[in-house]
Amino acid sequence: MVETDIPILSLKNIHCYIGPSHILRDVTFSVRPGQCLSLMGRNGMGKTTILRTIMGHIRPTKGIVHINGVNSALMKTHIIALSGIAFVPETRSIFPNLSVIENLTMAARTGVDGRSDWTLERIFNIFPKLEERQNFWGDELSGGEQQMLTISRGLMTNPSLLLLDEVTEGLAPLVREDIWRVILEIKNSGIASIIVDKHVKRLLEIADQHVILVRGEIVFHGDGKTLVECPELMKQHLGV
Amino acid sequence: MVTVPSRNVAICLFVILLCFASVPLFGDKYFVKLALRAIIFSIFAMSLDLLIGYTGLVSFGHAAFFGLGAYIVHLVSPVDESLNLFICLSLTLGLTAVAASIIGAFSVRTKGVYFIMVTLAFAQMMFYFFFNWPGAGGSDGAFIFFKPALKFGDLTVIDLDDGHTLYFFSLFAWVACYILLIFVLRSPFGQVIQGIKINEHRMQGLGYDTYLYKLVSFVIAGTIAGFAGFLFACIDGFVSPGLLGWRESGIAMVMVILGGQGTLFGALLGSVGFHGMEEIFREPAITGVIAEHWQILMGIFVICVVLFLKNGLSALITRFDSKAGEDV
Repeated sequence: MVETDIPILSLKNIHCYIGPSHILRDVTFSVRPGQCLSLMGRNGMGKTTILRTIMGHIRPTKGIVHINGVNSALMKTHIIALSGIAFVPETRSIFPNLSVIENLTMAARTGVDGRSDWTLERIFNIFPKLEERQNFWGDELSGGEQQMLTISRGLMTNPSLLLLDEVTEGLAPLVREDIWRVILEIKNSGIASIIVDKHVKRLLEIADQHVILVRGEIVFHGDGKTLVECPELMKQHLGV
Repeated sequence: MVTVPSRNVAICLFVILLCFASVPLFGDKYFVKLALRAIIFSIFAMSLDLLIGYTGLVSFGHAAFFGLGAYIVHLVSPVDESLNLFICLSLTLGLTAVAASIIGAFSVRTKGVYFIMVTLAFAQMMFYFFFNWPGAGGSDGAFIFFKPALKFGDLTVIDLDDGHTLYFFSLFAWVACYILLIFVLRSPFGQVIQGIKINEHRMQGLGYDTYLYKLVSFVIAGTIAGFAGFLFACIDGFVSPGLLGWRESGIAMVMVILGGQGTLFGALLGSVGFHGMEEIFREPAITGVIAEHWQILMGIFVICVVLFLKNGLSALITRFDSKAGEDV
């Protein structure tokens, strides 16, 4: 395919301010179709800000975000979403006034390239728990179930790139493993992803490239093999 | 979804509507008119509930469309004969929809307290326009001499000049608006606006142009408010600039809050509660010397409902409902 040469997403020299604070400094990376990138770093280093900048919630002061090769500076958030990017926020933001099934169907649409692989049946297949709870209100779910619902809601848009923000945070170990299983399944189905998480071991298994952020700057960008070879980097910035 | 009336709600609504339907049979003229006002204001408040309770847009200028609807009836009705009901209704709904799209296009861009201020400003502009325009009676208001009617030759099918016809027409209109709004809210469009109320950013993140959805919701609400204004103008055949003022917007908002926002049927409870309590508080035989200052009692009543009932009067019914998960 010709498209594979164009990254789905590329950030070039991104600088971002929130109020007077310089949050992102010269961030550059790109994600190709099917690739999985991990964003690591301690709290407050700008990981979520990168995701929000990609979605257009925050606009970079300097630098360019390209989505499928197009500058996204003039795209509104919903246009960015329609270009095949789905955001699974840490806050989950389930719609409490809609039932589980409505939370899912309201997001459903075919992807940019006309794919509709992710249907309600497939979602219920990977998360049987959601099928049991399909008629519950969004706020009647446990934390793990809410997280499953948020991921599923993202998948229902048939994205080509999925942004996962700390999706395993605060979950029971068994539920967390369940989520990791699904993340792997998503990756194997060919959807590119950017994963923000604290579980270095799991990320090393899944992601193709890793980015470590310190105070908004990239201090490491490379594959898992290179990262494992720098134990002092991992100890210093990730506490492993 | 919350909008499907539960069995308890359906039973209560049925009983209330039955009571309303029997008012013209037993009550005297004064009570018929009171009940009619309650029904029409309930339609008005229900349209506002679509904005406040479901879309998360707190409009403080909703009376602009209510009053405009009433004024259009005056403006399009000839002075010497009644206008065809269909033509009059289509003109009213069409023109209020146009006005709602223009006002909405500007105000929906803003959020929170700014949205309140912008809608209020537009409504006050409309108020002063009709207040100062001699062509529409100015500050004195204006009469509608012949109310719209539906006639085929000599056969009169509907004549809104007849009190009972107008009454049952309005009652039917309430049911129609209620059912229409339930269908709107159950549609994918309805799910999207309810999502916008909770988290607009997230809806954009899912790929929805939230501006457009909010605008459409605003236009639907404005058009239904215009319809309520149309009915209101037919009660006395009199319109005045006060119908567009912020006081009317405030009353509609009180009714929505009193009845319970985000319920639709709460608007009926709110309107009945408001009109009923007003009658009781104003009656010297019941409240004695305070009757002259009935607004004080009304204030206390509204505060009590807000403080002690979780979501207005509707909570009296819905607290006995089963949870959604067990329901289906």
